[in-house]
Amino acid sequence: MKPVNQKAWWLVLPVFLCVAFSAVLPLMTVVNYSVQDIISPERRVFVGTEWFAQVMRDEELHAALLRQIGFSLAVLLVEIPLGIALALAMPATGWRSSAVLVVVALSLLIPWNVVGTIWQIFGRADIGLMGHALQQLGIDYSYTGDAHHAWLTVLLMDVWHWTPLVALLAYAGLRSIPDAYYQAARIDGASKLAVFRYIQLPKMRGVLMIAVLLRFMDSFMIYTEPFVLTGGGPGNATTFLSQYLTQKAVGQFDLGPAAAFSLIYFLIILLLCFILYNWMQRVGSADATEAGHG
Amino acid sequence: MAERRFQKRSVFLLAYLVFALLPIYWMVNMSFKTNEEILASFSLWPQHFTWANYRTIFTDASWYSGYVNSLVYVGINTVISLTVALPAAYAFSRYSFLGDKHVFFWLLTNRMTPPAVFLLPFFQLYTTVGLMDTHLAVALAHLVFNVPLAVWILEGFMSGIPREIDETAYIDGYSFPRFFLTIFLPLIKAGVGVAAFFCFMFSWVELLLARTLTSVNAKPIVATMTRTVSASGMDWATLAAAGTLTIVPGAIVIWFVRHYIAKGFAMGRV
Repeated sequence: MKPVNQKAWWLVLPVFLCVAFSAVLPLMTVVNYSVQDIISPERRVFVGTEWFAQVMRDEELHAALLRQIGFSLAVLLVEIPLGIALALAMPATGWRSSAVLVVVALSLLIPWNVVGTIWQIFGRADIGLMGHALQQLGIDYSYTGDAHHAWLTVLLMDVWHWTPLVALLAYAGLRSIPDAYYQAARIDGASKLAVFRYIQLPKMRGVLMIAVLLRFMDSFMIYTEPFVLTGGGPGNATTFLSQYLTQKAVGQFDLGPAAAFSLIYFLIILLLCFILYNWMQRVGSADATEAGHG
Repeated sequence: MAERRFQKRSVFLLAYLVFALLPIYWMVNMSFKTNEEILASFSLWPQHFTWANYRTIFTDASWYSGYVNSLVYVGINTVISLTVALPAAYAFSRYSFLGDKHVFFWLLTNRMTPPAVFLLPFFQLYTTVGLMDTHLAVALAHLVFNVPLAVWILEGFMSGIPREIDETAYIDGYSFPRFFLTIFLPLIKAGVGVAAFFCFMFSWVELLLARTLTSVNAKPIVATMTRTVSASGMDWATLAAAGTLTIVPGAIVIWFVRHYIAKGFAMGRV
């Protein structure tokens, strides 16, 4: 048990002030917008929950929300297993592990608008490698014309861009497992699968929790990459929540409804993260008791 | 059996590395071509190799100052993030106090604000305090998503250090700052390296806030790049060269922290 010490708050205070300055003040401003009708900088009217009601009834928003949930689920289902598999396959020591680490991390370091631009060219049938190759294989591939192709391209781009984050975290988790665990498993004659299930996976739980939460919230707010790649189209096949919100806020300049939308959006992410967080903790502690009995 | 398993792994790893490198190769490939060549036809490597795009970037102040500006605010941000996150992570890993679990989760919720509408309040806030178009403004704004992550990562590393070490040091008469700097910090060096890498990365690649809070003096490279889109069409070649150069600083940072990542961390609390 950790000792109770209220003075520890003094150590947290700088973080609290930093984050509060840049996060709480803007949040309050958005709350302020969301209950007003801003006609001009000088004239604003209090409208209460009207914008919230309007946003909740917005059919297009429901569609964008469903698309968003589908996309984020797909992202998690592909990137988490792929990232773990990649971490397991990466060499543990020597110059090869250094080289692989650097190559794997490269895609993370590219600014998001550049990521979109790379894929925009990469997927073009006339001058892009992937588009050209698919065309040669006889697939009539076009991310600008076909909704499914567009959606899959955005997903592939995200997998390319972010799987390394999961892989790096999982890799760091794997490397923290002492050799003694593996030796004990060998003496017990445990299979590869058992080693993964009862040693590696539980030891990676902490880093995977971070990976799942980060990938979930970042994919749920994805904006720059699909904006550059497909602009939300064709039709609105790749118009995710952030894109739709920006259309409302910037395009139509409806600050009030857009602010209300932002807050609902924020609360949805918060709620889903909270559920994920608690679920993963429960799974983890169930694992711990099981191991204790066994 | 073990041999074959090893091979299967290597094949998978190799396949992934090819997948990871192909889009990057395509960008590098484009960066050595002229715009005419890029748009004219499909070719696996430059037919008329040129350094012209890189020369443009290195000789035009409005281009290369973008890199300098980005490096400055990313540097400030990484230093502030780590400085405030270290003591906080220590508090979370060593003590329980009123609301600790809630604050720990609350920190992460600051990463969850969708940017679009929040840009305007940020703009107003930084105009009010007179920080618009300064490196400090972007560095402070990026704290919102970097500090929580740094605290989470560092707390994980710190929880892996036994508490007996702290207690022994206090009995030996070490003050908290002296213990923290001379004994504790060297023990979690790896954690600091990993946290610094993540702070660097997320601040380096962010576009919307950085663009909103700057205009001329602190304009980051990510914003400079958007000007390759003009009425006369895209300047793909320069964009590709600029994009290729954005990878370089991050690659250097990961090279320095690779051993820390390879040493491993498990995260205690979560």
